[in-house]
Amino acid sequence: MSFLSRYIFSTNHKTIGIQYFVLALTAALLGTALSVLMRLHLTYPEAKIRLFEILWPNAAAGGVMTPELYLSLMTMHGTIMVFFVLTTVPQGGFGNFFLPLQIGAEDMAFPRINMLSFWATALAFLVLCSAFVVEGGAPLAGWTAYPPLSAVGSIAGPGMGKGMTLWVVSIALFCAASLMGAINFITTILEMRTRGMSLFRMPLTCWAWLVTALISLFAFAVLFAAGILLLLDREAGTSFFLPAGLVINDRILDRKGGSPLLWQHLFWFFGHPEVYIAILPGMGVVSTVLSVFSRKPVFGYRAMVWAMLAIGFLGFLVWGHHMFISGMSPYSSLAFSVLTLAIGVPSAVKTFNWLGTILGGRLHLETAMLWALAFVSVFVTGGLSGIALGQPALDMYFHDTYFVVGHFHIIMGVAAVFSILAGTFYWWPKMTGRMLSETLGRVHFYVTFLGVYAVFIPMHFAGIVGNPRRYSDFGQFEFLKDVQGLHKFITHAAFLTAAVQLLFIFNLIWSLYRGKKAGDNPWNATTLEWLPPSHQPHIVVRGAYDYSVPGARRDFLMQNESNGQ
Amino acid sequence: MNVAAAGARRRASFTGLYAFFATMIMFFGAFTSAMVVRRGASKDWQGVPTPNLLWINTGVLALSSVVAERARRDLQNGNRRLFNTLWAAATVLGACFVAGQIIVWRDLQQAGVYINSHSGGAFFYVGTVAHAAHLAGGWIAMVYLLVRAFSLQLGPGRRTAVDITTLYWHFLGVLWLYLLWLFWFWGNWE
Repeated sequence: MSFLSRYIFSTNHKTIGIQYFVLALTAALLGTALSVLMRLHLTYPEAKIRLFEILWPNAAAGGVMTPELYLSLMTMHGTIMVFFVLTTVPQGGFGNFFLPLQIGAEDMAFPRINMLSFWATALAFLVLCSAFVVEGGAPLAGWTAYPPLSAVGSIAGPGMGKGMTLWVVSIALFCAASLMGAINFITTILEMRTRGMSLFRMPLTCWAWLVTALISLFAFAVLFAAGILLLLDREAGTSFFLPAGLVINDRILDRKGGSPLLWQHLFWFFGHPEVYIAILPGMGVVSTVLSVFSRKPVFGYRAMVWAMLAIGFLGFLVWGHHMFISGMSPYSSLAFSVLTLAIGVPSAVKTFNWLGTILGGRLHLETAMLWALAFVSVFVTGGLSGIALGQPALDMYFHDTYFVVGHFHIIMGVAAVFSILAGTFYWWPKMTGRMLSETLGRVHFYVTFLGVYAVFIPMHFAGIVGNPRRYSDFGQFEFLKDVQGLHKFITHAAFLTAAVQLLFIFNLIWSLYRGKKAGDNPWNATTLEWLPPSHQPHIVVRGAYDYSVPGARRDFLMQNESNGQ
Repeated sequence: MNVAAAGARRRASFTGLYAFFATMIMFFGAFTSAMVVRRGASKDWQGVPTPNLLWINTGVLALSSVVAERARRDLQNGNRRLFNTLWAAATVLGACFVAGQIIVWRDLQQAGVYINSHSGGAFFYVGTVAHAAHLAGGWIAMVYLLVRAFSLQLGPGRRTAVDITTLYWHFLGVLWLYLLWLFWFWGNWE
């Protein structure tokens, strides 16, 4: 095999998994860097910062960021994090690497489509990043790209010309890649399981990947359609999303008859399920890690499966809760609100089952386990503020404030990232053959865990005061004088939290060269990926979480172990 | 490859295709809902005139589906010579459909229906071009199988490819009927 076919255009699921992992790690570093720059500007809006001027000689002339530049950083931060980190690692990275191993398949069902899917994602990332360097810079429309401003071109501001077009193209490519990935995952799980691996013997990670793939299959198709319509509004002069009589920058546009709200419906029909695409695989990882490190079976395995299916299904019925302030009928709001709060039920089932899993277990507080426990913590915290936002009357007030920023960062961003970190610490030995440093891991964990709470909880307070989001500078407002100190605190906490991530990167690199050699099954886990490599198909005889089986010769039975006596 | 593995591959191909159908249904479903919302959003809705050629195109696509199905069954019964002829005919008919669609688009533009000038026209172009793009994928598969067939490389392993391609072709036919109904009937319905 040549270098190209082995490492670049590989059809091997493990290589593709690593490729996704590295791509997303790159994206995560870039996205984090952008957030640091934003916080720096928010806290010191008047300060002349040399770094800004070096990076953006025009948009930050004299070292002070323009509001447009701030918005472009916000847009790119959101887009990069949601699509290229949260959607990419849990499914494309871990899923590709571990799904075939866990169900005893040789590879994914369609290896070439798998390769295509990765390279389309990588291309989408490059297209998105190229928006930084084109005329006008990156788009300003946020990751939701609401029309009319996203559909009218550079008249709406710098970055809304070429940069916005690149954004739409990038997202369309990403949709195509995700659809290919989803077809591959569904087919692999339904058709490629080894003998004895019935659906209800699969590890919950596999169930999570299946539900996520189903959600992706339905949701990304809708975003793809919406993206094409938006692109035509921008490039072909159509009026899907543009109403008549639109005046932008003192110019009347000659479009007519379209509806900006139509985009919101299409976008959020994708956008809400998207948050489950980000979080469900993490729930699978966390369920597994809690079980392994408590040496107990997952509490309520079947309930966990049904809860994931219920979350996936309900996720398609609640998109309207992102649009409470769009002027929708109060009756629609009520329906969306009730359905939204209903998601609390399967979410609570999962939470109590996680608690049930660790209750009375022999807890091994390795770093992977710490991340899994922290996931449960932030999932509950973020979920509770979700109950507040799910009510139209409260959302009217909170919608455009930092309350929402705090909420979605904790429930979607931080929770998903914690599960990714749990997965990284848990599976790194399998991916590289070496252990990560537990000492570095713990330092990184405790600082990050406290750090994210220090960053995002105060944002809820700022939101309650009425602090608007998406503003690049709120020093002018009398009523926000009192939260300036809070923002300074948030910024310093964010710097510390971002800095400690370098320790994590160092840990990864250190482990590759100096890490302790891992055996085949360093965590004494039961699932098939921890079996020594073999060319014989495995025959599965038991479920995925047989820990502490009474009478067995050791405290775990692997899925292909028939006789534990 | 042993028999069990071959069977698994065949099942996987069908499952993958069904998943693709699901995503296509969502894509055209989103497209339909956009059309319904856009029509209701303001009073400027105009239906698309449906040139007679559209009906001929419909007939050609339907015939292509029937012939492809016939060919598939002949291959199943071991009648390779007939398969080759019929499959070639279905492929040519598929190309005729796309050519006919291109003429329809040109005629509409000559009649002043452009993508940016006409509310119903915008949806017509997006819907029919999206359908044609999906069709092009199926057509490339048909040509690939045709080349294989004429170079006598259509072994048992390729039967699944023929089955899959035919099924996809039928699906595109049904999708076309739906789109035709949407533009001709619903779009022009007062």
